[in-house]
Amino acid sequence: MIRVENLKKSFGDHEVLKDITVSIAEKEVVVVIGPSGSGKSTFLRCLNRLEEITSGHVYINGMDIADPKVNINKIREDVGMVFQLFNLFPHKSVLENIMLAPMKVKKVSKEVAEEKALRLLEKVGLKDKANVYPESLSGGQKQRVAIARALAMEPKVMLFDEPTSALDPEMVGEVLEVMKELAQEGMTMVVVTHEMGFAREVGDRVLFMDGGYIVEENKPELLFGNPQHERTKAFLSKVL
Amino acid sequence: MDFRFDLIANYAPFFLKGTLLTIGFSVASIILGTILGLLIGLGEMMRNKKLAAPFRVYVTLFRGTPLLVQIMIIHFGFVPLFIGETNVYISGIAALSLNSAAYVAEIFRAGIQSLDRGQMEAARSLGMTHVQAMQHVIIPQAFKRMIPALGNEFIVLIKDSSLVSVIAAPELMYWGNAMQGQYYRPWEPYLTTAFIYLILTMVCDFLLRKLERRLATE
Repeated sequence: MIRVENLKKSFGDHEVLKDITVSIAEKEVVVVIGPSGSGKSTFLRCLNRLEEITSGHVYINGMDIADPKVNINKIREDVGMVFQLFNLFPHKSVLENIMLAPMKVKKVSKEVAEEKALRLLEKVGLKDKANVYPESLSGGQKQRVAIARALAMEPKVMLFDEPTSALDPEMVGEVLEVMKELAQEGMTMVVVTHEMGFAREVGDRVLFMDGGYIVEENKPELLFGNPQHERTKAFLSKVL
Repeated sequence: MDFRFDLIANYAPFFLKGTLLTIGFSVASIILGTILGLLIGLGEMMRNKKLAAPFRVYVTLFRGTPLLVQIMIIHFGFVPLFIGETNVYISGIAALSLNSAAYVAEIFRAGIQSLDRGQMEAARSLGMTHVQAMQHVIIPQAFKRMIPALGNEFIVLIKDSSLVSVIAAPELMYWGNAMQGQYYRPWEPYLTTAFIYLILTMVCDFLLRKLERRLATE
């Protein structure tokens, strides 16, 4: 589903991703952990080319998005993304937030888009909030709307960029619950997070990143239970 | 000092004509200047620096030289060059809108750049093109933020339209000057003129505040 080969990313002289090669299978849930500044968010943002790729290849369903000729908008329809700060559109109601992209990008009719949006809101437990504006929602509710908004495009992969990092502790659970449900339904997911409990419980594989490399990857029970590298051990001893 | 209201009454038809023309100049220039300003602002923000350069030069020229000088150059230079004769209406509207466009472009640019980068990223991550994201996500939000600054610009424009009296466009200031010339009295013509400008700018301010409130509650 996703194949990354020798991906490198620099901001000016600063090389953030040094050489990343990894594959992610369909229906796999891959959790990316690592200290801040390790490049994990940048890695995620290269998967839908929100960051221009300096060198290497990123294949999404066989299409290399590092190729400037590829229609990136078409590929992004299949790659949903959820952001740390939600990035809901404040001038649109919850329902309109979810309906916008299907109507404008996929040219779905208003009726179909609305029905779909309501179904997704029900799924994330916010059907009663359809007509309010994002500013009146709590952080956890905002993030659940953001997930519904991404799902409305019927993506094949979902990218989560620290989806619970900006939330008050009591709201983390409701967002993780939605993500867990999504994983159980077979969604392919790449999740950058500091929630080790989620990684352990939901992840099929955990990548530990540090200094622009994937230092270690393994099944969660093995990576957490028996880390091989010194840096992994040092990191886990601090966060667990 | 005796204040002669009867002289003002005598001149009322001229003031009325002048006021209507001032409104005409202002409305036309606000509309044209805003449209042009939006386009120039978008031009300034183009990622290709070479393509953006002419738009920056435009803003520098029109913000960096006096409107009065621009009116003269347009009226005695460009308008005759293009249509073969002078025309105060064309010159007035052209000068006011071209000048205003430079300021609107900067207001527009500031409005867009004040938005969080995440808004564009969220729109693009959903598969929208840059143009769709601008149209549906960025510009509507930027516009709301622009309204107070834009209102300020409109008020400045209404007042600055008085400058076209120097090319004898028969607007409000022109008739104020004419009345002063006829009676050799300073107070009646100029206080009347000032009072009418004040009404016009207050109405403009009122309408914009109403719009701002309506957009805020939407």
